[in-house]
Amino acid sequence: MSAEGVGTGGAAAAGAGGDPSGPTPDQRREMYRLMSLILAVDERVRRGLSGGEFACTYWPATGQEAIAAALGTVLRPDDQLVTTYRGLHDQVAKGVPLGPLAAEILTRRTGVNGGKGGVMHVSHPPSGLVLSTGIVGSGLPIAVGVALAARLRGTDQVTVASFGDGATGTGSFHEAVNLAAVWQVPVVFCCQNNGYAEMTPTAEAQPVGVADRAAGYGIDGVRVDGNDPDAVHRALTAAVDRARAGGGPVLLECLTYRLWGHYFGDPMRYIPPGELDEARRSEPVGRYRARLIADGVLADTGADSIDAGVRSEVDAAFTAALAAAAPEPGDAFVDVYGPAGG
Amino acid sequence: MAGTDAADGTAATDTADGTVRTMREALNGALAAAMAADPSVVLIGEDLADPGGGISQVTRGLSTTFGTDRVRDTPISEAAIVGAAVGAAAAGLRPVAEVMIMDFISIALDQLVNHAAKARFMSAGLLSMPLTVRTAVFGGIGSGATHSQTFETWLAHVPGLKVVVPSTPADAAGLLTSCIFDDDPCVFVENVALYGTSGPVPGGDHRIPLGRAEVKRPGRDVTVVAYGRTVRDALAAAELLAAEQVEVEVVDLRTLVPLDAATVLESVGRTRRAVVAHHATRFAGFGAEVAALIGEELFGDLAAPVRRVGAAFAPIGSAASLEAAVMPSAASIAEAVRAVVAH
Repeated sequence: MSAEGVGTGGAAAAGAGGDPSGPTPDQRREMYRLMSLILAVDERVRRGLSGGEFACTYWPATGQEAIAAALGTVLRPDDQLVTTYRGLHDQVAKGVPLGPLAAEILTRRTGVNGGKGGVMHVSHPPSGLVLSTGIVGSGLPIAVGVALAARLRGTDQVTVASFGDGATGTGSFHEAVNLAAVWQVPVVFCCQNNGYAEMTPTAEAQPVGVADRAAGYGIDGVRVDGNDPDAVHRALTAAVDRARAGGGPVLLECLTYRLWGHYFGDPMRYIPPGELDEARRSEPVGRYRARLIADGVLADTGADSIDAGVRSEVDAAFTAALAAAAPEPGDAFVDVYGPAGG
Repeated sequence: MAGTDAADGTAATDTADGTVRTMREALNGALAAAMAADPSVVLIGEDLADPGGGISQVTRGLSTTFGTDRVRDTPISEAAIVGAAVGAAAAGLRPVAEVMIMDFISIALDQLVNHAAKARFMSAGLLSMPLTVRTAVFGGIGSGATHSQTFETWLAHVPGLKVVVPSTPADAAGLLTSCIFDDDPCVFVENVALYGTSGPVPGGDHRIPLGRAEVKRPGRDVTVVAYGRTVRDALAAAELLAAEQVEVEVVDLRTLVPLDAATVLESVGRTRRAVVAHHATRFAGFGAEVAALIGEELFGDLAAPVRRVGAAFAPIGSAASLEAAVMPSAASIAEAVRAVVAH
């Protein structure tokens, strides 16, 4: 049991595994594949950084794979996602092509954004990954505008704003949630509450839980175990269906844990002794794998084959990225303005 | 059609250059025409819809004609107004966001500076940002230090933004139309002191390309480079100086970014004397950029150092006497011109 409805309307708390509203076996296998793929990309980046194979800035989302896996499985390809600098898991799950994504992480010319965005600013509209913002909180108002565009065009696309608990301290969070509630646009605010805003524990920065704030805007707030893909899938499905049907925004709080600190190389002195070890022991990817095997949804060999498959996919993507050229100096002056000039 | 009413009660007069309208009417007409021409044009801001029709009545009648889905009122949320416009533009609409008074743009700067300005670049062209932010300077009416400021220099400093400041009704209509249909983010700076001023506005699909300055008054002795509200003061100064046998050429930049350096340099190349004037704070103001440009390109040709006129380095007091003490005027521009001529 891992979801609770809070706030005014009290969106129905999702039931336990086996609930007809839960993910199908195919969806659960796909969520595991996405989690394994996300972890493989993340491990490849951290290995490259630790070994001095390459250098880049990196804000690991390790430990938050379950939320992304649910996003990647619940959202349609034409649904829209706005994420943040800690967004590699979301970008992978939304279907940003792996080769160009790896090249963007390594700021190569072949990157999805030509090495101009970098890991912090990945944008791939063809996958529905509108953009990733490097300024905490800024993505929420942008997502409201993306959702507005869908509504004015008469499509039934839903937009998800993915953000961390730190963003809830910004004025942008308040302005965006309030505006979305006033406009009733099809947006789901998906807070990945990983326990720390940079180096400050959530408890020191938030007088009440994120989902509880929904009541102040007259919208539904739902809190869910963000390390349980099935629970996130159920809660997200309910929120997305509601937004798609014209029911307005939902504030979804996914409780998770950030396993490798704020940035790669973070000494994490602010984390109490023991907390990290315990979190790593129960990290969501291995836990979900064991659950799917126990549930008979996945065989050991099936899981091994998924893990091996994504690893070779990731290795190929990074091998190609490492061989690719850096942007040309002249690229610095391309796309500052559009063809009309500036 | 919305926007054709004489919101200021002026009678519409047809001239060879178009129908005489106030700047308020010209802006209203340009918005109405853009909305009629393109369903992706939407307005987002505070108090835009009828019966309010905008704090300065610029959007009056538009929600009645085009509906409140496309003329969208918002809470007082400048970050979300501009942020939602950024998202709508990323998704292919042509939003026109209104930041009611330019001082409030400080609250929306993150969206303008970090997102609107850089979306095309950071996505390597996968995104474009056909966004216009209209905002108005409220200086000159005793609004005090937080409702009178002129901040276009902040925005001109950010690669990726275009910055437009009209001085006449015809320019306002033609430049606003160009901004709305431009695929880059444009900040369009209006001025409350100009809303009621009148002039002929061409009919039809009237557009003025961005990045083209205009000589508003020819003269052979001194060039005054100005934009927006200050053009009116520069023209008044030119009138004063004509009586003193000094012929002033007034160049209206109209667009700060992209900057029409060629027109400025051509004019100053002829007159060999220049004054750069604006209502923004003189210190580190846009005039410093223009003066440096002239100095770098025309140093050997200049008959006198370039002088700058701008607001003094002090907050703008509410009392008229305090505001006058800080703000430039036709008299202070004329004084600078005399100094340049006397050099």
